[in-house]
Amino acid sequence: MKRPDITGAFSRRWRALPSWVRWVARLAALAIALVLPAQSIARVMAPGSDWRTLLFFPIGVYVLLAVGLNVVVGQAGLLDLGYVAFFAIGAYSMALLGHNEHWNFWLILPAGTALAGLAGVVLGAPTLRLRGDYLAIVTLGFGEIVRISANNVNFTGGPRGISGVPHPPSVHGVKQLTFGVLDARPYYYLVLAAIVVVIVVSRRLERSRVGRAWASIREDEDAAELMGVPTLRFKLWAFAIGASFGGMTGVIWGSKVISITPDNFPLALSILILACVVLGGSGNLPGVVLGAFVVAWLPEYFRGAAAGKPLTHALNWVIGAHATDFAEYRTMLFGAALVALMVFRPQGLLPSTRRRAEMREGEGGLGTMGAVADEPQHIGEPE
Amino acid sequence: MRHLLTQFWSSTVDGLTVGAIYGLIALGYTLVYGVLKLINFAHSEIFMIGTFAALFTLHALDVTHQQTGVTLIGVLLLVVLASMAASSSAAVILERLAYRPLRRRGASRLAALISAIGASFFLQELFAERYGRDIRTFPRVMPNTTLFSIGDGVVTSEKALVFVSALAMMVILDLFVTRTRLGRGIRATAQDPETAVLMGVNIDRVVRVTFLLGGAMAGVAAALFSVRLKSTQYNVGFILGVKAFTAAVLGGIGNLRGALLGGLVIGLAENYGASVWGSQWKDVISFVFLVLVLMFRPTGLLGESLSRSKA
Amino acid sequence: MSRMSKVPVRAFAAFTVVAVVAAACGSSSKSSNGGSSGATVKVGFFGALTGPNSPQLGINIANGVQLAIDQYNAKGKSPKVQYVPYDSQGDPSLAPAQANKVVSDGTVAVVGPAFSGESKAVDPIFEQAGVVSVTPSATNATLQTNGWKFWHRIVATDDFQGPAEVKWLTKKLGAKKVGVIDDKSDYGKGLADTVRQGLSSAGVQVVSDSIDPKGSDFSSTVNNMHSANVDGIMYGGYYADLTRLMQQLRSAGVNAPIVSDDGAADNKLLAPPEDKETNVYATCACLIATADPAASAFVTAYKAQFNNAEPGTYSTEGYDAANVILDAIGHGNSTAKAINTYIGAPSFSFKGLSKTITFDSKGEVPGGAVDIYQGKGGVLVLLGEVDKLVP
Repeated sequence: MKRPDITGAFSRRWRALPSWVRWVARLAALAIALVLPAQSIARVMAPGSDWRTLLFFPIGVYVLLAVGLNVVVGQAGLLDLGYVAFFAIGAYSMALLGHNEHWNFWLILPAGTALAGLAGVVLGAPTLRLRGDYLAIVTLGFGEIVRISANNVNFTGGPRGISGVPHPPSVHGVKQLTFGVLDARPYYYLVLAAIVVVIVVSRRLERSRVGRAWASIREDEDAAELMGVPTLRFKLWAFAIGASFGGMTGVIWGSKVISITPDNFPLALSILILACVVLGGSGNLPGVVLGAFVVAWLPEYFRGAAAGKPLTHALNWVIGAHATDFAEYRTMLFGAALVALMVFRPQGLLPSTRRRAEMREGEGGLGTMGAVADEPQHIGEPE
Repeated sequence: MRHLLTQFWSSTVDGLTVGAIYGLIALGYTLVYGVLKLINFAHSEIFMIGTFAALFTLHALDVTHQQTGVTLIGVLLLVVLASMAASSSAAVILERLAYRPLRRRGASRLAALISAIGASFFLQELFAERYGRDIRTFPRVMPNTTLFSIGDGVVTSEKALVFVSALAMMVILDLFVTRTRLGRGIRATAQDPETAVLMGVNIDRVVRVTFLLGGAMAGVAAALFSVRLKSTQYNVGFILGVKAFTAAVLGGIGNLRGALLGGLVIGLAENYGASVWGSQWKDVISFVFLVLVLMFRPTGLLGESLSRSKA
Repeated sequence: MSRMSKVPVRAFAAFTVVAVVAAACGSSSKSSNGGSSGATVKVGFFGALTGPNSPQLGINIANGVQLAIDQYNAKGKSPKVQYVPYDSQGDPSLAPAQANKVVSDGTVAVVGPAFSGESKAVDPIFEQAGVVSVTPSATNATLQTNGWKFWHRIVATDDFQGPAEVKWLTKKLGAKKVGVIDDKSDYGKGLADTVRQGLSSAGVQVVSDSIDPKGSDFSSTVNNMHSANVDGIMYGGYYADLTRLMQQLRSAGVNAPIVSDDGAADNKLLAPPEDKETNVYATCACLIATADPAASAFVTAYKAQFNNAEPGTYSTEGYDAANVILDAIGHGNSTAKAINTYIGAPSFSFKGLSKTITFDSKGEVPGGAVDIYQGKGGVLVLLGEVDKLVP
């Protein structure tokens, strides 16, 4: 028996609206995003922390990274477990070019983005021939190689990293655009602008010939090859574009944090961003944004939340532990939530209708990882 | 280069020892992947649970100093059995709660991967909260006698035990998969699940047994690890898991002998590489090795073959 | 597409208006850091209360701070002091949000940041906002070079610890070939590098290596030490890794004396099967309260308050740091600026458990005393100050 398809219905209603209505809605969403740093909202959303700083990191950065990874995983169907490497390349570009060479932030931004994109091509060229899960382990390895190398090599400062990373130049007299140390708002606006850009580019790509090629690769790579789609080239494009977005995020993040060390780029971050993408509904932009927002915000929300104490006692009793603060259960509950969400709603919070349509029509391929919508497809299907 | 020569034999002996443990853990990854095409991210925690079981068994037996002779064998057997029991039960429960519901719904492999990751986080943190984040140490159970030396490499009783046990377990698993009915069922499911169902194979049972076997192997690895390295922690599985999965892919995913071979190769490559370039590049070496092998021989060293008769 | 081109222009105009209004409404002035609501003054602890590093360094210090504040409040003075913990999880990425919370809470002073890594990320925030910070444990020497006025440290830096270890290895233990191993962290490698330099200058042969503390098998490092036949080993890192490394070294027959640092200066270093080990030393610019009979009152009070847990590394320093701040508050200073001026004055001198505290122009305590401990009977025993034992 089919469950009522709420998101599908919403999606159809949305497309039925006249385009000017949709534009106003989008701009309204943007306006809301601009107002988010307000104090009144802060009290509700983050009682135990600083909301404005959270909006920049982890919320803004995770959203940006998730939309970038969505290009690779959600649109092209490539499993990347080492996305943090591109974030690191962008961040180190900011640190090295900014601190050592004294470049202006606005020059470093395209430079770091391009460098990360290049790294994406360098990584992708030899490895994109590999099958899905092999690609996963190779990208995981690459992410770790970047981190360990940054830790071992003097040029990147070794484990000490680089301190004194400069900030973007401030606009004189405009408080909202003064890039200092205390107020996170200007950085948040920067991230927001980047998110808008990345979303627009992502959407455009999705609807273009490139996006259609990616969909065909995702759906059934062998068939796409037979139809004459140069799959390797398009996969490389996906990798490079995703990598550039990651690098861009790294440059922006690096411009705020003053100090960068290899510890900022653990494997766990790659996995977390992947979880954001899948949680939200791989391939669906609003879903991915929502997924990243929730993953970034929830643990911080629970800091010092009033519901914390009784929950902690209850959990202590069940497990036999002695936690003093709800925060200690953060990661454990996150893990349980991931499992629960996948068990009860594997398509994610806001699944992509296009993906659903694909699943209905075709047999599913590399991108859907062999899943087929209506038949009871077992995970063990060979490709 | 100088170090490589002067430390060649010790690197070899130790590389084979640690590689044997990687190989045992890799068996679990390769079995589950061969049958379900799923990367069981939580397998590292299955291993960790086995080490805690070993710890508690030793505490329960009140072992505080070295044992010899029959008592030693008895203690070791109990530890191994306890670890195997704990790990395999944990694996079966994991399958039931985190993966089977997804199979039923025809969820994508990516969803299964995320579920695996979530389970991994959950188990790690559960043990961290329950038993603390600090390291827990084991008493010395086996006397560390030197059996023989090759060059500068010393083969001790501990290292020999690890290596021989791993080999033995692989042979036993190999026999199980090739000779028994359940084993045939596993191979059939790995090759073609739909036909296997038509031929009367109970997929659910096959999956359960697969996880059980993989867990049992991890349990043995956990027991050996505990006896040799004498410490454990809630996150002990993480690095080992990544390396073991790398080993499984290196050897040819789905290939049991490949898993052990992959493990040994990674253990050796790490140690040789460390003696040449320094220990800080150890992990990089394993990954670079993997990338190179996959680029030139994508099916792995021994090729994928859980489905074929030669496991 | 032509229908679309008119809409964006109109909508964009409308949007710009909305955005400007929204941004204007969204701004509000930051609360200035004067400090207190009514008669309470907020003093915080900033460090890792949860997360992988918390058992070693965060909770020990936080408890010391809390004990000091409770003892102060029990004296009945006014204003009362409120203890506010800020959990950075030891993660420099997440620490800034908490640092901004310190500022918006109006907390006047914090004990911390506990780690050097997070210090680099959040000390600029405290400096800009004018929050007093007294760190009991962030030993990275470069922190003092930033010209911060509100920052203070009450322990000797790694620039003192390193040479102390070199002295001990060369003069007391007479080692001629030393294996120096680090844990690849900023802290461990930094200290190990200082020792490597010091040993080379003293004409001692150095065999360098490193381990990955998240891994468990250190055989390549052990083999390196074994084949090099070292007669002394220095380890830069934490006790959890050293316990494992020590076990593997001894199993392989490497019996050279081991000298390590404050990260290893904890009784948990001597866990079975190496609990009987006596050939291991740890330096610390700290006083381990359980090893010093003069601190027994503190130990008793600590155990009584914290469920029989013993004070750990830097508990004493956390206690002392808090008391420095409380001393200022007790003398009628309740704003951050006043406290800072008070403790920064050249005449300021406070007799803490670990040492007498007075700050120089950089915010450091002059002198750089480093103690050394040795393993005996399963615990670390205080031998004394390195400079006094090895002149």
